[in-house]
Amino acid sequence: MTYETIFAGFGGQGILFAGKVIAYAGMLEGKNVSHLPSYGPEMRGGTANCSVIVSDEDVASPIITEPTALVVMNAPSLDKFENAVVPGGKIFIDSALISRKCERDDADVFTIPATQMANDMGFPKLANMIMVGKLIKETEMFTWEQLEGAVTKLVPAAKAAMLESNLKALQAGYNY
Amino acid sequence: MEKVFQKPHALSDVPFHYCPGCPHGIVHRLVAEVIDELGIEGDTIGVAPVGCSVFAYNYFECDMQEAAHGRAPAVATGIKRARPDKIVFTYQGDGDLAAIGTAETVHVAARGENVTTIFINNAIYGMTGGQMAPTTLAGQVTQTSPYGRDPKTQGNPIRVSEMLSTLDGPAYIERVTVDTVPNIKKAKAAIKKAFQLQMEGKGFTLVEVVSTCPTNWGMSPQESFQWMRDNMLPHYPLGVYKDITKEEK
Amino acid sequence: MGNKVLMKGNEALAEAAIRAGCRHFFGYPITPQTEVSAYMAKKMPKIGGTFLQAESEVSAINMVYGAGGAGVRVMTSSSSPGISLKQEGISYIAGADVPCVIINIVRGGPGLGGIQPAQSDYFQATKGGGHGDYHLVVLAPSSIQEMVDLTADAFDIGDKYRCPVMIMGDGMLGQMMEPVEFKDTDVSDLPEKEWATSGTGMKRKKNIINSLFIEASELEDLVLERQQRYEQIEKNEVRYEAVDIEDADIILVAYGTTARIAKTAMAKAKEQGYKVGIIRPITLWPFPFEAFEKALAGGKKTFLTVEMSMGQMVEDVRLAVNGRGDVHFFGRTGGVVPTPKEILAKIVELGGAK
Repeated sequence: MTYETIFAGFGGQGILFAGKVIAYAGMLEGKNVSHLPSYGPEMRGGTANCSVIVSDEDVASPIITEPTALVVMNAPSLDKFENAVVPGGKIFIDSALISRKCERDDADVFTIPATQMANDMGFPKLANMIMVGKLIKETEMFTWEQLEGAVTKLVPAAKAAMLESNLKALQAGYNY
Repeated sequence: MEKVFQKPHALSDVPFHYCPGCPHGIVHRLVAEVIDELGIEGDTIGVAPVGCSVFAYNYFECDMQEAAHGRAPAVATGIKRARPDKIVFTYQGDGDLAAIGTAETVHVAARGENVTTIFINNAIYGMTGGQMAPTTLAGQVTQTSPYGRDPKTQGNPIRVSEMLSTLDGPAYIERVTVDTVPNIKKAKAAIKKAFQLQMEGKGFTLVEVVSTCPTNWGMSPQESFQWMRDNMLPHYPLGVYKDITKEEK
Repeated sequence: MGNKVLMKGNEALAEAAIRAGCRHFFGYPITPQTEVSAYMAKKMPKIGGTFLQAESEVSAINMVYGAGGAGVRVMTSSSSPGISLKQEGISYIAGADVPCVIINIVRGGPGLGGIQPAQSDYFQATKGGGHGDYHLVVLAPSSIQEMVDLTADAFDIGDKYRCPVMIMGDGMLGQMMEPVEFKDTDVSDLPEKEWATSGTGMKRKKNIINSLFIEASELEDLVLERQQRYEQIEKNEVRYEAVDIEDADIILVAYGTTARIAKTAMAKAKEQGYKVGIIRPITLWPFPFEAFEKALAGGKKTFLTVEMSMGQMVEDVRLAVNGRGDVHFFGRTGGVVPTPKEILAKIVELGGAK
């Protein structure tokens, strides 16, 4: 099985970190993984995206041209990547920031007002984790326990409060 | 028979390739005497430039590296960072230090890199046969300023000691010359002080030696020293430009 | 899963260098390799090492020359335009037999070019770059793990043959994250470098690090001696990966990032019934001619070289094949990365419809 996920949004939304969580969880499960970020001027306040592959096979090319899943947290990213998703793929849209509808009728589209939810929960920077929670729930890439384990290892032990809020945000997305 | 004069140990026993009357020989000897007197030959690493003193690596008995043109300060930085307990010096001419290597010169000084630079300023490119240098005086005739250096089109001579003394990094900068015995003694004292300050970890030190080039100036050694006194010293006044030991007091 | 960590290529190779005993790093920021400097800046002060941001790439490589000449393991890192600036220093380093490691995380060119991945510095890396009769050993990893493993090798090769070694990656390898495992290597007891300018201590004759030899015959002797070391390198250090080359009709030739993509295309072509193999040079110099001899042992073959350039390594492939097969080329350039689909289309074109 090979999961090819593109995360895309604005710089500052934690797009790269969201991708890292998935790649890290994959690594812990003994999968082959790669995480390829956009870089350079693209990173500076503009759009940010990363391509994450989690696979039972060797990862040949880390570039994803036909994602099996797309997580978008701003409108330009939906415009850019919507048509690349494989037929039958899954598209996750932060509906608090993207008002338009996805035009693909051959993909499973999930809308979740992640940024609004994160604000309401008092973690305005953790909308990315809400999206990750939803992604994992719907793709079944990992179990909840595996996801929880990865985030626990990824967040420094010294930052217990941060871990707690990350897990809460993940759970909110997972159960949405 | 008592030996009253001999070659310093730190000076290799090989003939110099320098032209008759060239002050490089004097300055090499002064550096070697200082290395002997401080007892640091075994702990010293020198960096030779590109220019007339390109073969300086053959003339000092300590370990030596030969740098690319202008890069001696960067090479010295690498050596010093690798061997911080050693004494590191560069020996550079005006083209090497103040034209092609200006960036390296300014930054080694700005970093206060704990190395010593001996800078020979004779206002001309010697090795390539007498072309205009960054320190060539306005009006001075060279192969590439045959009508005299015109500042309007060929720029103005750079006063290195003054320029570098505006930086916070250098510990000690002095301009000397070697035309007379008293001046040679002063030059040696300056070189010694520079090495000593490096040994004390005080930072970047530079001794600028206003020098001559009888061959390319087309003068006898005596005439060239006179020309230097009449023309160069007014533009490049001798003296201490920076001394943190004075500032500390 | 061992002790795997998830790391960005640039950071992984910096860590690998530290573990290989490198305590001196001189750099200058340039995308897409700046993370190497940032990692070194963070780590070196804590382990008693030197990180210095030089005033230019020119200065950085000359600091490397100084430190390497003084006998320590030293590294610099840059990307294409910065590597061009370092060429003078690299030539001097080669001419003075100073070991060091130079990283080139290649981006599109010429000129300021772009910042996306490219392989258009192949000629510069393998055919000179700087002036004079010299070679760089050029190592081309295609994964972060390999980048880490080759970094350790690079320091060993440099010390063994007294030569500069380049690790050539590209923007993608520098920027991507993959799981990586660092092997324990003991570098506490590296052999003494008797030629280094570390101070005579009044116990030996002086050492001179130098590339200037005015006597033609003296210079020739030194170049010839160095050539013998190059021959040893060609004998001992050739590395490549070869998959299914014996019974293939079409053999892909690709290195680094491009080899990964070519492998995806190869797998898809096999599904369609094509007999495809791949040669992946790991050392670009010395070039793995041996792999081509093996591939050609069974008769005439078709080779498809894939590069992120307009065709540079393909010249070495032609030399290796030497008329004994057909050599084709497919490349994208300017920072555009070829897709598996494009390569597959080329394979189908060469192999005929099935």
